[in-house]
Amino acid sequence: MEKTENLLEINNLVVRYGGIEAVRGISFGVPKGKIVTLIGSNGAGKSSTLRSVVGLVKPAAGSITFKGEDLLKLPTETIVTRGITMVPEGRRVFVNLTVAENLRMGAYMRKDSIDKDLERVYTLFPRLKERSWQPAGTLSGGEQQMLAIARALMSKPELVMMDEPSLGLAPIIVQEVFEIIREINREGTTILLIEQNANMALQTADCGYVMETGRITLSGTGRELAENEQVREAYLGKAKE
Amino acid sequence: MSLATFVQQLLTGVSLGGAYALIAIGYTMVYGILRLINFAHGDLFMMSGYFMIFAIASMPWFIAIPVAFAGTILLGMGIEKAAYRPLRKAPRMSVMISAIGVSYLLENLATYLFTAIPMAYPEIPGLKKILTFGPVTTSLVTILTPILTVVLTILLLQLINHTKIGMAMRAVSKDTEASRLMGIRVDSTISFTFFIGSLLAAVGALLYFTDRMTVYPYSGALPGLKCFVAAVLGGIGSIPGAVIGGFIIGISETFIVAFGYSTFSDAFTFVLLIIILLVRPTGLFGEAASDKV
Repeated sequence: MEKTENLLEINNLVVRYGGIEAVRGISFGVPKGKIVTLIGSNGAGKSSTLRSVVGLVKPAAGSITFKGEDLLKLPTETIVTRGITMVPEGRRVFVNLTVAENLRMGAYMRKDSIDKDLERVYTLFPRLKERSWQPAGTLSGGEQQMLAIARALMSKPELVMMDEPSLGLAPIIVQEVFEIIREINREGTTILLIEQNANMALQTADCGYVMETGRITLSGTGRELAENEQVREAYLGKAKE
Repeated sequence: MSLATFVQQLLTGVSLGGAYALIAIGYTMVYGILRLINFAHGDLFMMSGYFMIFAIASMPWFIAIPVAFAGTILLGMGIEKAAYRPLRKAPRMSVMISAIGVSYLLENLATYLFTAIPMAYPEIPGLKKILTFGPVTTSLVTILTPILTVVLTILLLQLINHTKIGMAMRAVSKDTEASRLMGIRVDSTISFTFFIGSLLAAVGALLYFTDRMTVYPYSGALPGLKCFVAAVLGGIGSIPGAVIGGFIIGISETFIVAFGYSTFSDAFTFVLLIIILLVRPTGLFGEAASDKV
């Protein structure tokens, strides 16, 4: 991981809510073309970190740069035009809009033709094509997750950040979601993934960071972390042998 | 009641209902996107009446109408910017109180500036033209109001269902934060909603006051409340609902007056509100909250 190759760079990020420090000065980078994962239990500060990147949370201190540009002073609406998109926790598809409309909203700020990208996401997610005229609220949870990812791809992002994409989904659907993540990455999109499902995330990621109570406590390649005793004990549900 | 009288009353009722519908749309759209009952909307409608009086006093009517409309739109969008936008992150109740404040402010401002004495509403050439169909006589504005209401509603539904800005409005009404992640400028989308609501209130004011002939500072208070009831009756948030609610209230009110119970015509509207809230709080076309989480 050379610093110059980092698409996204976070330095000494601090996020506070009232008197509570959710993120306590973390630093890491997301190299171009890789899958990076941030794992950790509930309340470790993972979501706050992602939300800071897209400007939904204003950090108390630190810096966030994307391709060298400082993101901290930009509003969310502008940040997403720079090539970053986030698949929010809980999917957050527009339930009152049809599948096709949701996808068009994903490409909201684009001025060029979106036909090619529509075709691409419909190839990735054939089920969405079948249901393109249905309101998104009528889809199953798994389909909504696929739609949330497809919607994010419609902006032609360089970096996709995903907040717990496997949350609340059946194991077989989780497999599918992770296959899609790998597929998107193969096509050249950089991914920053946060997960409580550490097992799947570490299998998929090139490198990972473990967050605990607002700090990064461990880092390494996905494999290294998956084999790390502490990680196995804390997040993979495997006791020491 | 003879058939001719019945038709006559029906026309009057449909016409009043059309004007109510145009105002009710403003309530329902703002509620849809901000979850706010914009109590100042009726007073915006009243101010629109004054704008027309002053515009037409100093310029020909075909310029005065767009000028008065523009004034109404600027005021409506200005209210949002000054009184609601700073409270975007505040509890919903604060915004509602702010709306009530704006309502009183406009009423008192109008009293201060224009006195409480009713002012004559100008006659737009042609609008008061008398039309006769056999035994029924009516004026052009009576016929024009419902037609214009229906046409504007259809155009509005097209805009909301089939354009990008319309989709953005629906997206913002469901999930502001996810909308921002799509790059939708939430504030501009909300401004645009107030633009449409104010424009329709201006059209409604033109039609309503042409019929009523006077404007005074409280002209908007009761019609405003009635149109709010119309929006609730139709299912607040639903545009076709608001239109149908407007027509129902306009027609019922006219017939109650025609049968000689004019004392009760206003009471009827509010009894209706109580009944809807008790029996079917989501209104005729309101959606039950059934979002998948």
